[in-house]
Amino acid sequence: MSTPRRKRNPLPAIAQAGPVSLWMILFVTLPMLFIIYISFMTRGTFGGVEYTPTLEAYKTMMDATYFAVILKSLQVAVVTTLVCLLLGYPFAYFIARKPPETASRLIMLLMIPLWTNSLMRLNAWMLLFQTNGPVNKFLLSAGLIHSPITFIYTDGLVLLGLITNFLPFAVLPMYSSIEKLQTAMLEASADLGAKPSVTFRKVTLPLTFPGIFSAIILTFIPALGTYTITDMLGGGKVLYIGNIIKNQFGTIRNWPLGAALSVLLLVITALLIFLYSRFARIEDMEVL
Amino acid sequence: MAKNRRQQRRRRGKFWSNLYAVLIYGMFYLPVLVMIQFSFNDAKRNYSWEGFTTQWYGKLFSFGNHDLWESLAYSLIIAVLATAISVVIGVLGGLGLKKFEFRGKRFINLMLYVPIVVPEIVLAVAMLIIFMTVGIKLGLGTIVVGHCTFCIPYAVVTIKGRISGDNDTLQEASMDLGANRVQTFWRVTIPSILPGITSAAFLSFTLSIDDVIMSNMLASARQSTLPVLILSVNRTGITPDINALTTIMVAVMLLGLLVLNLIRRALRKREERLEAAERLSVSSGQ
Repeated sequence: MSTPRRKRNPLPAIAQAGPVSLWMILFVTLPMLFIIYISFMTRGTFGGVEYTPTLEAYKTMMDATYFAVILKSLQVAVVTTLVCLLLGYPFAYFIARKPPETASRLIMLLMIPLWTNSLMRLNAWMLLFQTNGPVNKFLLSAGLIHSPITFIYTDGLVLLGLITNFLPFAVLPMYSSIEKLQTAMLEASADLGAKPSVTFRKVTLPLTFPGIFSAIILTFIPALGTYTITDMLGGGKVLYIGNIIKNQFGTIRNWPLGAALSVLLLVITALLIFLYSRFARIEDMEVL
Repeated sequence: MAKNRRQQRRRRGKFWSNLYAVLIYGMFYLPVLVMIQFSFNDAKRNYSWEGFTTQWYGKLFSFGNHDLWESLAYSLIIAVLATAISVVIGVLGGLGLKKFEFRGKRFINLMLYVPIVVPEIVLAVAMLIIFMTVGIKLGLGTIVVGHCTFCIPYAVVTIKGRISGDNDTLQEASMDLGANRVQTFWRVTIPSILPGITSAAFLSFTLSIDDVIMSNMLASARQSTLPVLILSVNRTGITPDINALTTIMVAVMLLGLLVLNLIRRALRKREERLEAAERLSVSSGQ
C-alpha cells in the first residue's frame, strides 16, 4: 500500500514504543551495567565505593563462609525446584485434563490464596509449627514423638515456606503447556500400541518440556534470591545469598561484595535462560 | 469381566487423583485459614491460640495502631501510582512493540524479560546503587519507579497477548472512514484490548501491594509499606490486628474481583443482545 520510498511518519512509533524503551534502558539496562561495574571496584571505608578497580569482592565471595552460604542456597533452591516439579506436574495435569470451564475455575481457585499477603501466609506456617503449636500437639497426642520438635528457625521450615510459596508459579506454566497438548497425539500414540508409560515418556513429557523449563526458571531463580522467606521463617538464623546481598546495603556496607553476589545470580539466571533458548523459543516462555 | 475390572481401576485412579488435588489445594488454603483464625486470637501477640475475640477488629477501626494504617495508606498510594504508570506505558508499549519494526526492538524485548526472570533483590540493589550514586532521595518516588519496573513487563506481555490479528484491519477501516489517529486509538484500539487492560491493571496492583523487596530496599528510613512493616514486626511477634487488617484486604480483593466479573458478564450479555437484535433487523429488512 505505502510506497517504499516515502518515509513513514515515525511519530506513532515513538509515541507508543518510546516510553517503554526509555524506561527499560534507564531502569533496567543502566542499573544492570552499573552493578557489574561496581562489583569490580574497591569497598569504601565508610560504605559506598572507591573507584579503583579490584577483584577483592570476588575473592571475598570465595571465602569459606560466603562460599558455604552460596552452596547451601544453591542446594536449597535445587531441592525446592525438584519438589515443586514433582508435586506440580501431576497437579497441573489434573487441572489441564478437566473441561475448559472447570479448568479455569480450578486455576482461579489456585490464584485466590496468592492475594493474601505473602508474609502473613508464611507467618501462618510459623504458627502451625510453633513448639507448642498444633503440629507438635498432634504428633505428641498421636504418640509419634515424645517431646516437641523445634521446627521454627530451621532450614526445614524455610524449605516448606519456599515450596508452598513457589508451587503455584511452577504449576501455572506447566498447566498451560499441558493444556495445549492435543489429545489426538496421545490417542495416536496409544493406537500405535504404546503403553501409557511410554506415551508419557515419549510424547507428553517432550511436548510439555517448555512449560517444565519455565517452571524451573520461575522457581529456582527466585528461590535462590529470596531473603524475605528466610527472614520470616528463619528468624535471622538462616542465611542465604539474598540475605547476604541485602546485608551489604544495610548494616555491613560492602557494596562491591553485594554487587559481586548479585552478578553471580545474574550469571546463573543468564545461563538458565540460555539453556532454555536452546530448547524452546524465548518468546514462548510462559511468565504468567 | 475384564471391562469391569478396567472400569474399577479407572474409578480408583480417579479417587486418588481427586484426593491428591484436594491435598494440594489444602496446602494452599491452610495458611490463609490460619491467618484469618489468628485475627480472632485473644492474645497480645500471635504465638499460640488463646481463645476467641473480635476485639482486634474494633481496635483496628478505632485507629489505635496508627503505624498500621499509615503503612497501608502508603502501600495503596504506591500501588495506585505504579498501576497507573505501568498500565499507560504497558498499553502503549504492547501496541508499539507488536505493530512497529525499529532498530533495537529485539533488545527492548529482551530487557522486558529481565525484571521477570532476574531475582528481585538484584534489580532492587542495582537501582539502589544508581539512585544513591546519582543522589536521588529514597522514598515514595523511588519505590514507585521500582514497582513500575517489574509491573511494566507484565503489563506489556498481557496487552500483547490480547492484540488480535485483525487489529490492523480494524484500525485501517477506522482511518478509511475518516477518523484520525487519536480518534482511532480511543474509539477502536482501546475498546478492543479493554479486557487486557483490566487484567494488566489488576496484575500490577496485586504485584505492587504485596511487594516486599523493592519496597524495603528503595524506601527511606522514615516510612514503610505494609509488607515491609510486617517484615520488621515479625522479629518481635505479629500482633493480631495485622491479621485482622490483612483479612479485610483479602475480602475486599475478592469482592472487587466479583464485581469486575459481574460487570464483564453484563457487558457480554448486552453485546450478545445487540448482535441478536441486529441480526433480527437485517433478516426482517430483507
